[in-house]
Amino acid sequence: MSSLLKLHTQKQLRKDLPEFAPGDRIKILTIIREGDKERRQPFEGDVIAIRRKGIASSFVLRKISYGVGIERIFPFNSPFISEIEVVRKGRVRRAKLYYLRKLSGKNARIAEKRID
Amino acid sequence: MALGIIGKKIGMTQLFDARGHLVPVTVIQAGPCPVIQKKTVDNDGYNAIQIGFGESGRKKSANKPYSGHFKAARVKPAATLQEIKVENIEEYEVGQNVKVDIFKPQDTVVVTGFTKGKGFAGVIKRHGFAGKDSGHGTHEAFRHGGSIGTRVPKRTLKGRRMPGRMGNKQFTVKNLQIMLVDKENNLLMVKGAVPGWKGGYLVIRKAQ
Repeated sequence: MSSLLKLHTQKQLRKDLPEFAPGDRIKILTIIREGDKERRQPFEGDVIAIRRKGIASSFVLRKISYGVGIERIFPFNSPFISEIEVVRKGRVRRAKLYYLRKLSGKNARIAEKRID
Repeated sequence: MALGIIGKKIGMTQLFDARGHLVPVTVIQAGPCPVIQKKTVDNDGYNAIQIGFGESGRKKSANKPYSGHFKAARVKPAATLQEIKVENIEEYEVGQNVKVDIFKPQDTVVVTGFTKGKGFAGVIKRHGFAGKDSGHGTHEAFRHGGSIGTRVPKRTLKGRRMPGRMGNKQFTVKNLQIMLVDKENNLLMVKGAVPGWKGGYLVIRKAQ
């Protein structure tokens, strides 16, 4: 029964995007349609949460823009995500980094993951 | 063309539409439904086809009158039967199957089914009563319905909303949009929620 449920949503899963984890900084290009025109809008930020729910999966990007914290939620499998680039891997000890919201300045940095 | 089909609710999920929006959809396994009987103006006063769906229900225990009804169509006794209006009665013969291809994406449909049974429910859940304010001296009457009448007629008027059995009643949801038609697996995907439990039978009709 559940296989019938997943039959068509599975086709819409994005398997072409690179893997990333909480703490990573990623750059994402989203396709924006304005009338007939199509353009790509970049957004770069730290992954502070990933919500894994099959087709409805999403992730939260956080960045500090002109001293103001900005968070955006992206649907993982959206056809309007053009490209994802992992800028740097972060070393974090939890899955949800909501504690970053209370921190500012140098405290709000994420250490880079060393790959030896 | 038949204007409806019988189906079974599989469950709900989400799907990206053409605009890239993630929309909630209900997956329904519908048909193929064999035509069991034709109703004609000459014989019955109106045109319709009677279609069946599902095998499991009375497969073994079907009694003679019920199983005999399916003999002419040469199909196994169906779990559920439904009369469906048709555009042209000449198009269908007894034994022929009605399939999901009567629908196409963007069609508007009306879905009828039985709601989930809620058991014996109180007035707050069943009729949307407000309940009592719990912080102002109310004692043991937070979810009561209050007075059920006045002194004058000396009886409770018919239709007074009270606690009782809730749900497991026929309910119709109108104006749902077909998102996807899968002819291979006999699946329909309808935008939004439909009445009933998973595995419950539904009638999906074209919106008139």
